[in-house]
Amino acid sequence: MKTKNIFKKVLLVLALLPILAIANEGAHLDKAPIDASNKESLQRGARTFVNYCLNCHSANYMRYNRLLEIGLTEQQIKDNLLFAGDKVGDQMKVAMSKADAKKWFGVAPPDLSVEVRARGADWVYTYLRGFYRDNTSSTGWGNCVFDPVNCKVSMPHVLYELQGEQKINHETHELTLESPGSLTVSEYDALIGDLTNYLTFMSEPAKQQRNHLGWFVLLFLGVLFVLTYKLKKAYWKDIH
Amino acid sequence: MSDNRNDKHQNVSQVDQGSQVDLEKRNFLIATSAVGVLGCAAVAVPFVKSMTPSERAKAAGAPVEVDVSKIAPGTMMIAEWRGKPVWIINRTSEMVAELSKHDDLLSDPNSDVVSQQPEYCKNADRSIKPNLAVIVGICTHLGCSPSPKLQAHGDMGEGWPGGFFCPCHGSKFDLAGRVLKGSPAPINLVVPPYKYLTDNTLLIGVDTEGKA
Amino acid sequence: MSDKKKLVLADVLNCSVKWVDDRFPLTSNVKAHLTEYYAPKNFNFWYFFGSLAMLVLVLQIVTGIFLTMHYKPDAELAFGSVEYIMRDVPWGWLIRYMHSTGASMFFIVVYMHMFRGIIYGSYRNPRELIWLFGVAIFLALMGEAFFGYLLPWGQMSYWGAQVIVNLFSAIPFVGPDVSEWLRGDYLVSDATLNRFFAFHVIALPFVLVGLVVAHLIALHEVGSNNPDGIEIKKLKDKVTGIPLDGIPFHPYYTVKDLVGVAVFLIVFSAILFFAPEMGGYFLEANNFVPANPLVTPAHIAPVWYFTPYYSVLRAVPPILNSQFPGVAAMGLSVMVFALLPWLDKGAVKSIRYRGALYKKWLAAFVVSFLVLGYLGTVPSTIWGQFGGWMGGADRATVVARVATVVYFAFFILMPWYTKKDKTLPVPERVTG
Repeated sequence: MKTKNIFKKVLLVLALLPILAIANEGAHLDKAPIDASNKESLQRGARTFVNYCLNCHSANYMRYNRLLEIGLTEQQIKDNLLFAGDKVGDQMKVAMSKADAKKWFGVAPPDLSVEVRARGADWVYTYLRGFYRDNTSSTGWGNCVFDPVNCKVSMPHVLYELQGEQKINHETHELTLESPGSLTVSEYDALIGDLTNYLTFMSEPAKQQRNHLGWFVLLFLGVLFVLTYKLKKAYWKDIH
Repeated sequence: MSDNRNDKHQNVSQVDQGSQVDLEKRNFLIATSAVGVLGCAAVAVPFVKSMTPSERAKAAGAPVEVDVSKIAPGTMMIAEWRGKPVWIINRTSEMVAELSKHDDLLSDPNSDVVSQQPEYCKNADRSIKPNLAVIVGICTHLGCSPSPKLQAHGDMGEGWPGGFFCPCHGSKFDLAGRVLKGSPAPINLVVPPYKYLTDNTLLIGVDTEGKA
Repeated sequence: MSDKKKLVLADVLNCSVKWVDDRFPLTSNVKAHLTEYYAPKNFNFWYFFGSLAMLVLVLQIVTGIFLTMHYKPDAELAFGSVEYIMRDVPWGWLIRYMHSTGASMFFIVVYMHMFRGIIYGSYRNPRELIWLFGVAIFLALMGEAFFGYLLPWGQMSYWGAQVIVNLFSAIPFVGPDVSEWLRGDYLVSDATLNRFFAFHVIALPFVLVGLVVAHLIALHEVGSNNPDGIEIKKLKDKVTGIPLDGIPFHPYYTVKDLVGVAVFLIVFSAILFFAPEMGGYFLEANNFVPANPLVTPAHIAPVWYFTPYYSVLRAVPPILNSQFPGVAAMGLSVMVFALLPWLDKGAVKSIRYRGALYKKWLAAFVVSFLVLGYLGTVPSTIWGQFGGWMGGADRATVVARVATVVYFAFFILMPWYTKKDKTLPVPERVTG
């Protein structure tokens, strides 16, 4: 029927609309190497997070004992990751108060529990590799991922000893390594990859379980569908 | 009465003969119902489980460490574990000696009710080290917290072995938390699982077998 | 032996039913609404969505009750309590995702259900009241969704509520006072969150359930329409009085609806377990940032199910410096559905026997609805600006204006084009 054709066209247009939206997104982001099943990567990322990020950024909704799910033992968590006096059931809090943080950085460092869900993994991956030396800013650093217009960022480059210093070409926004740090470029990328992987895990620790369970639920519903379909056929043979 | 029954019997047999049972319908009806009930039950599980203690409650109810070096003999301190008061009483040798002398006053002198103490505290003084008693200070009657009346005799009258008195309904317990006969409370106070980390540090809520 | 046992069991059952029947109209109700409620035998795909809407309603109520056990309607605690549910409560993530996915699925199901009503003329005499109850359900549902969306207390929650509450301040004279009264504060705050919680978990669910009951009572009074738009009650069996084209709702449509339920649950679970954010449409990224009254996110848009009306709001320009025309147009774009029974002057009910004119108008309406819906999710600068004589107007805004005109023309011109339409003869008996 004619109306059917129209609906098909409408559906096609509808399916294409999101592509238009995506095409209009701003800065280019690098693809983050996310692999929720790579426990070693998650563990390395967790260590980087605790050593470098957790001094200023809290993860108030994340409990240390959730790290058991990425293959760490309770003893490993206690020995390597916990601050003195914390228990494994505690949340990843920071000692710095919001008010102090605001005084020192201008804005309080956001809680990172669900940051990846807010920003996206690719953004975080690109952002953490996107710092460059900018002597005009108060922190000494700029970042065009954080602020595509002015390239201002209130967080200093905490990992610069590892990455070294990058310089920016203000025309193309291209970054070049000016003086290398203790890691090579690929080592640093891997470090940030692991960190992003961990942050992604932390943003929704139940995700693995969710995906896993999903297959069983769908399988079950598939069986239910076949049975209800047969049942319907059995009854409706009286009608047709 | 009997007529009625006959009528119904006829009805049933009429149905049975009148319409041949459709096996296809019946089989799929049974199968779909079974799978459907299974599905509903499976969905109910997470909903029921969501009402069990959360990770936050578990973290708050984690074992607590207590420094017992500062409890003078003949006094006690109160620690908190899972929101409940836990008494730690430093019993003098006279107090310990008294524990075995008043069995005739007690409902359960030998701590035979298994649920009220861990296996390693089912002894004369209901503790690991005889001088240190660790007892959950919640009356087994209706859940009030009894008041300490540690000294024998005194305001509790002659024959009081030293122990605890519940202000709500007058239940009496000795210094090992054992209930005195005639109390409304039916059984002895609970001894929680615990262990010594060092000579002077207790970990309440977990024992050497790691049981919580 | 087993025959005798069966007999005893049947006796016990019969006695219990009789005991209840003497005190409560159980059997007669089961007959009136299930086993002797005769529905047309030609229901198609579009007729699944009524029962599915009931299913989602129950799902939302049950998951909602369990979420309420852990959620805290407090500006300081709300965001954290949602994450607490997602992480610390055993299976909390499942219940929360069921509820958030269910919200969007509710609208998908209801939109399909409404579309069914439109194409088969289910709102026409004698079913006007069913339709009006339905529109009321839709309004209550929008309220329910709006109040509920504030509860996670993320940036989208906060600013979405801020914008929508401020729409009321466009009402002449009393507007600003009304907004302030709704918020209970000078900005969206803890007081607003607390009252929205009350509306979301108590007030509107009651209204919703009551309206659904009224919707069903009205439906069972007049009987169901069908894809042919024929009244099956006109042709009844002379002996039994049963409509010739009718079949008992139970078992035939109960077993058929079960198939629909199974398919729906497959779609529902696929989203829930593998894409609960649905690319940012069901759960928006900005809502994972706690509400901050000092910073507005760069781009705010309502959740997808509100976007067609939001587009209408944006499309209407301020007149005499007043936002009121836009707000009024948005309100009208929702309320206008209630007028359908009286706007449609067609000789037939179902699209099957309508002429090309009606079909073209309907297609134009559907396209404009979808275009408005899409444009409401994106910034109005998305397609750039027109040059030349158009004076740099945003392309998207112009398109939204055209779509808005088409949207309203579908309703306003309906008396004219439905009367003028060349319809086909309607058969006596249902087809297919």
